[in-house]
Amino acid sequence: MTITFTLNGQPVEVDTAADRRVVDLLREDLGLTGAKEGCGSGDCGACTILVDGESRLSCLMLAAQLEGRTITTIEGVASENLHTIQAAFVEHGAVQCGFCTPGMVLAAMDLLHRNPHPTSHEIRQALSGNLCRCTGYQKIVDAVHAAARSCDLREGK
Amino acid sequence: MKQSEQKPDSMLASHGPKDTRLSIGTSAPRADAYAKVTGTERFAADYYGFDLLWAGVKRAGVPHARLKSIDTSHAEQAPGVVCVLTHRHINGANRQGVIRKDQPVLVDNKVRHCGDAVALVVAEDKKSLAQALELITFDLEPLPAVTDPEAALVAGSVLVHEDHPGGNVLLAGDQSTGIGEAAADECDVLVEGCFRTPRQEHAYLETEAGWAQVQEDGKLAIVCSTQTPFRDRAEVAEALGLDLSGVRIIAPYAGGAFGGKDGVTVQTLLGLAALHADGRPVKMWWSREESFLAGTKRHPATMFYRLGAKSDGTLHFISVRLYLDTGPYDHLGGVVLALALEHAGGPYRIPNAVLKGWCVYTNNPIGGAFRGFGVTQVTAAIEQMMDMLAQRLDMDPLELRLKNAVRQGDRNCVGKTLVTSTGIVECLEGLKRHPVWTERDAWKSASGPFKRRGVGIAALMHASGYGPVVPDFANAKVDLTREGTFRVYCGVVDMGQGNAATNAQIVGAILGQEAGRIELVLPDTDLTLPSGSASASRCTYTFGNALAGATRILRARILQRAADLLMVRNTEEVALIPGAVRCLRTGREIPLQRLAEFFGDVERVATDHFRAPVAAEAETLNPDVNLRLHGLPHTLFSYGAHAAWIEVDELTGGIEVKRYVALSDCGTVLNSQIYEQQIQGGIAQGLGLALTEEFLVNEGRITTPDFFTYILPTATDVPEIESIPVEIHEATGPFGLKGVGEIAVNGPLPVVANGVADACGVRIFSAPLTPERVRSAVAARAREETL
Repeated sequence: MTITFTLNGQPVEVDTAADRRVVDLLREDLGLTGAKEGCGSGDCGACTILVDGESRLSCLMLAAQLEGRTITTIEGVASENLHTIQAAFVEHGAVQCGFCTPGMVLAAMDLLHRNPHPTSHEIRQALSGNLCRCTGYQKIVDAVHAAARSCDLREGK
Repeated sequence: MKQSEQKPDSMLASHGPKDTRLSIGTSAPRADAYAKVTGTERFAADYYGFDLLWAGVKRAGVPHARLKSIDTSHAEQAPGVVCVLTHRHINGANRQGVIRKDQPVLVDNKVRHCGDAVALVVAEDKKSLAQALELITFDLEPLPAVTDPEAALVAGSVLVHEDHPGGNVLLAGDQSTGIGEAAADECDVLVEGCFRTPRQEHAYLETEAGWAQVQEDGKLAIVCSTQTPFRDRAEVAEALGLDLSGVRIIAPYAGGAFGGKDGVTVQTLLGLAALHADGRPVKMWWSREESFLAGTKRHPATMFYRLGAKSDGTLHFISVRLYLDTGPYDHLGGVVLALALEHAGGPYRIPNAVLKGWCVYTNNPIGGAFRGFGVTQVTAAIEQMMDMLAQRLDMDPLELRLKNAVRQGDRNCVGKTLVTSTGIVECLEGLKRHPVWTERDAWKSASGPFKRRGVGIAALMHASGYGPVVPDFANAKVDLTREGTFRVYCGVVDMGQGNAATNAQIVGAILGQEAGRIELVLPDTDLTLPSGSASASRCTYTFGNALAGATRILRARILQRAADLLMVRNTEEVALIPGAVRCLRTGREIPLQRLAEFFGDVERVATDHFRAPVAAEAETLNPDVNLRLHGLPHTLFSYGAHAAWIEVDELTGGIEVKRYVALSDCGTVLNSQIYEQQIQGGIAQGLGLALTEEFLVNEGRITTPDFFTYILPTATDVPEIESIPVEIHEATGPFGLKGVGEIAVNGPLPVVANGVADACGVRIFSAPLTPERVRSAVAARAREETL
C-alpha cells in the first residue's frame, strides 16, 4: 500500500506492505540506520522514534500506522548545529558504545517537551524504557539536566 | 528562537570535536560521540548495501545429541533461498576456539548445547530466510545432558568431548604457597563459606552482527562487531580452509561487547555464506533470543572457601576450591579459571594458600570472557569472607582489610611479588575518611519503618594483560598526511570504552595538535597493525604505549625537518603548535602542510611496537606450564575500594542501593570523563549481577530467553555513583596509567551482600540477592531467633 507521512521535515510517500515493521522500513528501505534494533520486542528502546513528537518504539509499529503522521528519527534532530540535548550528551559523556544513544536522545526530547524542568527522578523514570549497558545512566541523567538548563538559558529564564 | 549570541557554548557545538588543543589529564568530550549522537556512526549492524543477501542459522535446540543426518531438501526448494549449507560445505578445519579449538562452525557429529549451529541458510530476504530455517530438520540420537559441573567430574560421567584427554575437565588448576594446608591448624580463627554466583548475560545493545562479501580480488572481507579482528582473521581462515591473506576483518565501533565478542560469533558463518553468494554481500544479525541462546555468558561459579587468621586479625591461611561451568566449548574458560585462582585471595598478604579450581565442560550455554573474567566471582567470595572473619574477630571490617592489604613488595596469594604500583592501602585509607564511611552510623540509625539499613564495603584488585607466556603486544602507526594532518591507525577495537578517542588524545598531546587535525582509522586487518584483543584491561596500556612511541618518533622527525628548513641549529629551537612548527627564537612558522611536502612517503609514517612486561618469577611460582600458558601470574594490577549504603525492605525483601562510592587506583587519569564512564558502567553491570541478573538454565535449556525474563538494571535501578580516582603514577604505563576497564564490575556484589548482612544480620550465599532470597533468609533467621 502507499503510505504518506512527514519524515524529518520532508513529505514522503512509500509503497510498502502495510504490516512492514517501521524499524525495517526506516533502516532497510529508507537507509535511516539511526534507529537501532536491540530486541524486537519493545523491551530496550533502542529503536525509539518520535511520532507527532511523542516517543514510540519503531519495532512495535507497522508501516500503516505512519499514515498522515509526522516522524522524527535521530537523523532529523540536528540541523547545522547539534540539538541542545545532543550537545549535552557529547559534553557530559553520556555516550559510550552509542548503540542506545539515538533512542535515549529522542526519549529525552519527548521528556523535555512534556516537562521542561524534570527532577532526577523524573528523568530516570522517563528513560527507564531505554536500556543502556555501558554508562550506568548517570551521565545520561546529567546530560538531560544540562540540556534542560541550556533551554532555560536560551529562553532567558 | 532566533540564532542569537546568547546561546550557551554547548548550543554552538558543531558536528565535530571542538578545535581545542588536546592534552593529557583533561576531560575532553570523546571524538566518537559526535557521530554516535547524530545516528550517523555506522556499526556492523548498519551495513546493508545493493543486492544484499541475508544469512541465518538453524540451531540444535537440544543440549546433547549425536547428529545422524540433516535434511535440507525442503529448505533448498523454498522460495527466495540461495543455498543451504552444512558442515559438508566447509573445506577447512570446521573448528574454532582460542586455546583448545573444540567448537565446530557447523555441527558435524555431536550437538553439545542448544545453541549449536547445525545449518546455514542464505536467502534473498529476511522473510524467506525465516521460512527456510523452519523447513530444515535433523535426525538426532539424544544423549544424557551433562548439566552439573561437580557431577561432571565424577568418574564414569557422560563426556561432552570424548576425545579430550582431561575428560570433562577443560582445565584444572592447583597452586599452593607456604606450608599449605598445615597452616590451618596454626590459625586462631577459621571461617568457612560456600558461595554461588550466577551465569550472567553480556546483553550488549548491539547483538552479534556482520556483513561479508568476496571482493573483486577474491579476498573475503568481513565487517563485524568484534573485539578481536586479527585473531578472527586467523580463526576464519583456518576453519574455512583459506589463506590468512585471503581474509580481511574490518571492525567498526562495536555496540557494546564486554567480553562477549572476544572471539568468533558471526564471522565464520558469514564468511562461509559469502563464499557461496557469488560475489553478493551477505548480512547476518542475530536476534536478541539468538544472542542469548548462542552467545557466551559469565561462568557460573561454586566456590568453597576457608579463611584463617591469628587472633589479632593477621591473615594466615586460605583454602579455595572453585568450580566453573564452562559449557561445551573452550571460549577462554581455562584463562578465566587461571585469573580467578590468581585473585582468589584478594588484595591481601596471605602467606599460606591452597588454591584449587576446575573449569568443567557441560552441555549448558557457553561460559566465556565477561568483564571481570573470573575475578568478579572470587572477589564476591573473598570479600564476604573478610566480613565474616571481621565479625568472628569482632573487628572493624575496614580495619581488618587495611591490616592485611598488600603494599608494593608484598606477595599476593599465589606468591607473586607485587613490583608495580600498588594502591590498595591508599584506596582504603581514602574510603576510611569518606562520609560514606564516617557517617554510616547516623545514616543507618535513621531508617524508616519496615526498613533496615546497612553499609557494605569491598576491596578490589584486578590484573591486566595476558600473563607470562602469551605476548601482550601492540603495533601502532601514525601518519603525517600530505595535508598536514595526522592519521592514527588504531590496532585495538573500541567497543564503547573510548580508547579510540584516547588514542587521538595521546597523539594530540604529544604533537600539540587539536582534535580536528587527527583522524582515526579503526581496526582493519588490511590497514592497521596487529595489536591483540580489546580485552583484559589492556587496551590503552598496551596500545597506548606503542602509540606514544610511534608518535614521539614522528614528532622527532617533524621537528628535525623543521629545524633544517628554518635553518636553526637544533630541534630545541622549534616547537609544534596546532597546524605548524614555530621557531622559538624568531617566531617564524612553517605550516605542517608545507612541511609534509618535504617528507618522503616512507618518512611520513612512524610505527612502534610495545610488549608488556611479565612476571619475572613466573616459572618458579608454579611448575604447571599449562597454568602459565593460561595466564598465571600477572604483574600489573589495578586496585579499588568500594562502599555503598544499602536499604532493605523488611516486607518485600527488596534492596535499594542508596549511595555508591568507588575509589580506584588505575594509575594516572588521562581523561576523567572516560575514566568515570568505565567506573560507573562497571558498577551498574555489577549491580545487575548483585540484584537481578540470573541467566537461568534447566537441563541445558534456557528459561530466561529475552529481556522480558532476564532483568537488566534500568535508569531507576542504578544510584548516583561517586568515582574518586586515587592517582598513583605507574612507571610502565603510558603517562602513568593502568587499566580501568574491568575492576569496577567486581565491587557491587560483595558490597551489596555485605551491606545486606550488616542491615539484616543474614548472609546470602547465592547471587543475585533477589527479594525472594532476602526475604526467606530473613524469615529463617527470625524463626531461629524465636526457637
